[in-house]
Amino acid sequence: MASIKIENVQKAFGKVVAVDHLNLEIKDGEFFTFLGPSGCGKTTTLRMIAGFYYPTKGVVRFGDKDMTRVPPEKRNTGMVFQNYALFPHMTVFENIAFGLKVRKIASNELKARVQEVLRKVRLEKYADRQVSQLSGGQQQRVALARALVIEPEILLLDEPLSNLDAKLRDEMRSEILRLQKEYKITTIYVTHDQAEALSMSDRIAVFNFGVCHQVGTPSEIYNEPANDFVASFIGEINLLPVIVDQVEGNRVTVSAGENQYVVHNNPFNFNREHQDGELALSIRPESIRILAEKADRPNVFQGKVEDVQFFGTIILVRVRVNGLLLDVNLLNHVSANLKPGADVWVELPEDQIRLIPVLSGDAS
Amino acid sequence: MMKNRDNRLTLYLLIPVLLVLIAYVLYPSLRTFLESLQKEGGFTLGNYQDFFSQESKTNLQALWNSVYISVLSVLVSAAIGIPLAFIFNRYDFPGRGFFATAAIMPIVLPSLVGVMAFMFLYGESGLVPNAIKDLLGLKEVPFKIGGVSGILIVHAYTMYVYFYMTVSSAILKIDPSLEESAYNLGASRFQVFRKVTFPLLTPAIVAASLLVFMISMASFSAPFLLAGGFRVLSLQIYFSKINGDMEVAATQSVILSIVSIAFLLFMRWYQNRKDYRMATKGIGAHRSEVNNPVLKWTMVLTGVIGVIILLLPHFTILLLSLVPDGTWTWQTYPSVFNFENYRLLLEDPNIFKPLKNSLILSFIATAGNLVFGVLASYVLVKRKFVGKSFVDILVMIPWALPATVIGMNLIFAFNEPNIFSFGNILVGTFWILPLAYFIRHIPLVVRSTNAVLEQLDDSIEEASRSLGAKWFYTFRKVILPIIMPGVLSGTLLAFVESVGEFPTSVLLYTISNRPISIEIMNQLRMFNMGQAAAYGMIQITLIAIVLVISNKFFGVKAEQSLS
Ligand SMILES: Nc1ncnc2c1ncn2[C@@H]1O[C@H](COP(=O)(O)OP(=O)(O)OP(=O)(O)O)[C@@H](O)[C@H]1O
Ligand SMILES: [Mg+2]
Repeated sequence: MASIKIENVQKAFGKVVAVDHLNLEIKDGEFFTFLGPSGCGKTTTLRMIAGFYYPTKGVVRFGDKDMTRVPPEKRNTGMVFQNYALFPHMTVFENIAFGLKVRKIASNELKARVQEVLRKVRLEKYADRQVSQLSGGQQQRVALARALVIEPEILLLDEPLSNLDAKLRDEMRSEILRLQKEYKITTIYVTHDQAEALSMSDRIAVFNFGVCHQVGTPSEIYNEPANDFVASFIGEINLLPVIVDQVEGNRVTVSAGENQYVVHNNPFNFNREHQDGELALSIRPESIRILAEKADRPNVFQGKVEDVQFFGTIILVRVRVNGLLLDVNLLNHVSANLKPGADVWVELPEDQIRLIPVLSGDAS
Repeated sequence: MMKNRDNRLTLYLLIPVLLVLIAYVLYPSLRTFLESLQKEGGFTLGNYQDFFSQESKTNLQALWNSVYISVLSVLVSAAIGIPLAFIFNRYDFPGRGFFATAAIMPIVLPSLVGVMAFMFLYGESGLVPNAIKDLLGLKEVPFKIGGVSGILIVHAYTMYVYFYMTVSSAILKIDPSLEESAYNLGASRFQVFRKVTFPLLTPAIVAASLLVFMISMASFSAPFLLAGGFRVLSLQIYFSKINGDMEVAATQSVILSIVSIAFLLFMRWYQNRKDYRMATKGIGAHRSEVNNPVLKWTMVLTGVIGVIILLLPHFTILLLSLVPDGTWTWQTYPSVFNFENYRLLLEDPNIFKPLKNSLILSFIATAGNLVFGVLASYVLVKRKFVGKSFVDILVMIPWALPATVIGMNLIFAFNEPNIFSFGNILVGTFWILPLAYFIRHIPLVVRSTNAVLEQLDDSIEEASRSLGAKWFYTFRKVILPIIMPGVLSGTLLAFVESVGEFPTSVLLYTISNRPISIEIMNQLRMFNMGQAAAYGMIQITLIAIVLVISNKFFGVKAEQSLS
């Protein structure tokens, strides 16, 4: 096991800069996720950790050891590839034993260790199968077992579930988590599926265009997104560009179009550092309330229901308020029985609103 | 600075590949070129002037004849191969599968053996014209092949297969829903063919045309045995060499090389253009069943006749190989059949020798092809380096160059000691033939290996590395075992092609290591048809065995890598 430090790393392919100014610290035994849209540099970063790419600039450390230029076979990382990369000419057993053979492990110990890991991934019965005769989920587990059996310091998983159907994904998710906890192994998991990232990770790094925008626990990332990209990439959110009118005591007043909003003046709702840049008002759809009648509180506006969509657990209501469209999520049992065209009052609770920086055009 | 380790590995792998290519492909070609600039002890373009302005115009005429024959070969082969591809891939009727397989039978006939069969069948004293003469009670044979028509018929017979195979695989790749949607939009059958199907097949047809053109420009055996007074360039080179006009031979070689390499480059360019190939899922070719009984049985009958014509040469060789020499002299048809020729082949050391020679020479050449092919292909497919397309072209050059030219190049390069021959003169020694066979089949083995390596996902190699295996271990334990079937099928094919190789053999052999194809010639000269045919049968059997092994055990359609 090892912690990983990535210090000021940049990776360029010719003129294309795939990863830039990257600083990360991944703790011993942590389940760490790289999350971001396609092409944002997740795989590139992972491959720099595995040793398949070497950074153009910067340093990669495992613990305190500088690993920047160490070739992949000397890193002791276990990697699970998106397409599994099982050796097609070997049986399940031979695939798993490969890394041990390379390490010249004596044959009885080798057998014992392969058996043990086969049991852990629940494939004891399949040891002598040809890998082409396995289902997708089983192949996945062989790939995991092959990576785990060498007792790597670090486990690297590049979108390991993206080839599986929904049900198998769920199963494999808990399988991976179970094994990770059992081996207490530092794990980096790459995905562009936010639900996967939120439910599995200890911490998440959100990437876009080669830049890491935020590192934090799932709830930090969801509840306190650092900017409009993170906010809109993870979950649904209402974002309204605003101008700060007044900062006074514990209240901030901002305006978006014709509406004025009041926001709590504390670091959670309004980070003073970003005061001078472009700001957006952000609020999750589930935080907005729909009121039957006017209430005498700040941030209550009259609006008209434009659209109602039924999703099962929640109902999405689109309300137009002074020309702006707000998404509101209601739980199904609040059967307000709203119809398009209805006049309603919406409240944006001042403690739920956050003012966050807007990234300049092309960076978001 | 980094990447160093990987870059260094690439370099170590690349250096031997490049050395071999420079020493045995590039350098010999350059030697020929230099030779063509020599005249009366000085450097001039005189030889080229002579080529184009010679009074008798023999050379120019030969060049023109080569082009003329090649264009005709393309047209005739296309006229046979394309319709067959359509019929066998679009319609279903009794025996279709069998006919479709029989249609590729010409490729199991080595070119010299094929030409020989055609002579026995349709030549002056051929079985077919004489049979017709006797049947109809004619005074003269009604027809005989020879000259242009002879060459053309042999070319059509062997080369339509290239059209048939490329167009067939293109037809199978067409997503049927494309045509269906055209029908759905109201297009007529003819419109669909003209606007949808045909444009989709154009790349395949163009590729096959270029291929056939190049092969017939290079063709040697057919003109050699059938041309009579008709001169083609590949043959002219041989005659110049025999007459000792080495500078003229060099000039002719350079001109033929220029035509061939121009075609190679054009072909590469054409195939790298964006074409209409699409990735579509779950394409099943559907064949329409032929229901009209008249049409159906006409098709079957035509198929049967076609198969008979296709297999007649093979059958003739088999038949002749059973006729002991000396028993068929003045009679129109042979009357004695037994295994005498095969017995002699095994028992008479003099007759067995050429077979043994061929097997040994080909084995050495093919072993070289295997090692070199795997290395070169790995470097080309899996490694990044500057100048890759240059190496790629070098690899393909022996494929584009006519065998006669390769033979001449080797003569010019190795009739004197140089570093590439470790200070020895190779011409006139044992080693020149394995070298020639090796060079001839570089492209075949590299290409068939490329095909399997391209299928092999890079992550397989990476997985092995990340599990702690060094590059060489990975290569030995992971990459090689996976690609071996494909590699072996290509290599086996190179082996049997080497066994049958005629044009370079005839330029480079020595009496003591004369290969089978030379002995066939000798036997023909002595009118020992039976013995010649027995040698031919051995080659046919070898090729057939290799194709079956590749198909059955390696699951590789080896015949595909011939084109
Ligand atoms: N070998 C390479 N050569 C050139 N450019 C590359 C290479 N590998 C990646 N890139 C570029 O670097 C950027 C980041 O690629 P990367 O594969 O890391 O994305 P990713 O986040 O893993 O995306 P995905 O979710 O699609 O897998 C992309 O713009 C990509 O085109
Ligand atoms: Mg990726």
